[in-house]
Amino acid sequence: MSDTKQYKIKSSWEECLFNALKQAGVKQLPYVPDAGHSKVIDMAHKDPDIRPVVLTTEEEGVALSCGAWLGGEKSVLLMQSSGVGNCINMLSLLSNCNFPFLTIVTMRGEYGEFNSWQVPMSAATQKSLELMGLTVLRVDDEDEVGPTVDAALYSVYSSDQRIAILLSQKLIGRKNW
Amino acid sequence: MSFKKLDRREAVSSLLEHRANLLIVSGLGSPTYDVHAAGDCDQNFYLWGAMGGAAMMGLGLAIARPEKSVLVITGDGEQLMGIGGLATIGVQKPKNLTLAILDNGHFGETGMQKSHTSHGVDLVTIARGSGFFEAVEINNFSELNKIKKKINLNLGSLFINIKIDNNSHDRSLPTLDGVEIKNRFRRSLN
Repeated sequence: MSDTKQYKIKSSWEECLFNALKQAGVKQLPYVPDAGHSKVIDMAHKDPDIRPVVLTTEEEGVALSCGAWLGGEKSVLLMQSSGVGNCINMLSLLSNCNFPFLTIVTMRGEYGEFNSWQVPMSAATQKSLELMGLTVLRVDDEDEVGPTVDAALYSVYSSDQRIAILLSQKLIGRKNW
Repeated sequence: MSFKKLDRREAVSSLLEHRANLLIVSGLGSPTYDVHAAGDCDQNFYLWGAMGGAAMMGLGLAIARPEKSVLVITGDGEQLMGIGGLATIGVQKPKNLTLAILDNGHFGETGMQKSHTSHGVDLVTIARGSGFFEAVEINNFSELNKIKKKINLNLGSLFINIKIDNNSHDRSLPTLDGVEIKNRFRRSLN
């Protein structure tokens, strides 16, 4: 007799993240690549219902996201922690106009980092975002990625909030490095 | 033959003369005043800050509303700050996006310091190399009248570099209330 026992395959955090974007109806996905985001970026490029937009620098994605919302589309900006520094002045657009905004930031420079050059911006990432008026949600547990993205998208697009989700290097490191 | 450069207000008035379906994003400083002077409209999104972001706002909007035509009107200094955005637009190739640069070769808001375009940097060449469908330099009304007919045809991303003189005009100021500018724009589309 063959063994027909079914094993439940657990979705990866990247699949949970991408599913949360899809279920919320996110249409534009601007990004500057990061290894931590690579699977989600690949999924976006294979999905006809979502438009990945590769950027030359992260602040482009802040402005793009505002333009998308002017036209009625939801977007989410993917970047790594070093990119947050590139966005600072453009983030003023969000508070000046009360634009809804979500960015998902993969952290470098904080846990098992071999490149010390990543550390100063990493250490300033959360404070920089908060100084510019964003709410920061940090995720260390892979099971919390999907629910956090889902909850953040609900807050952002139901009441014009501005949120950054930081995916810790410990979380990403466990899977991808 | 006249070598007199175009006046910024006249050029913008001409661009917006029969605007019909056009959605406008204007870059901070004089381009915002020029667009406002040509006639306030709910479908104008006036930037008062966020330097370097006008073209990318236009891109997000153009992707979201493919049935409309999106026209970004900004200055050479503003576009130079967001120069990488030309490459990003060149990858996306939205058919319904036009960038019109009011190029006076100067940073007009800060004391008329010369910008890179006064030193030989050619935005048209950069746009062409970035993959725009058509990128042209405009020096007179006959050239402007010819190219502006293509803006609402949605044939491909257009880059229109309008060489203007550096005369300034009285400021024509839209509201500074960004929430109102955003909300009325979105209401007008729904």
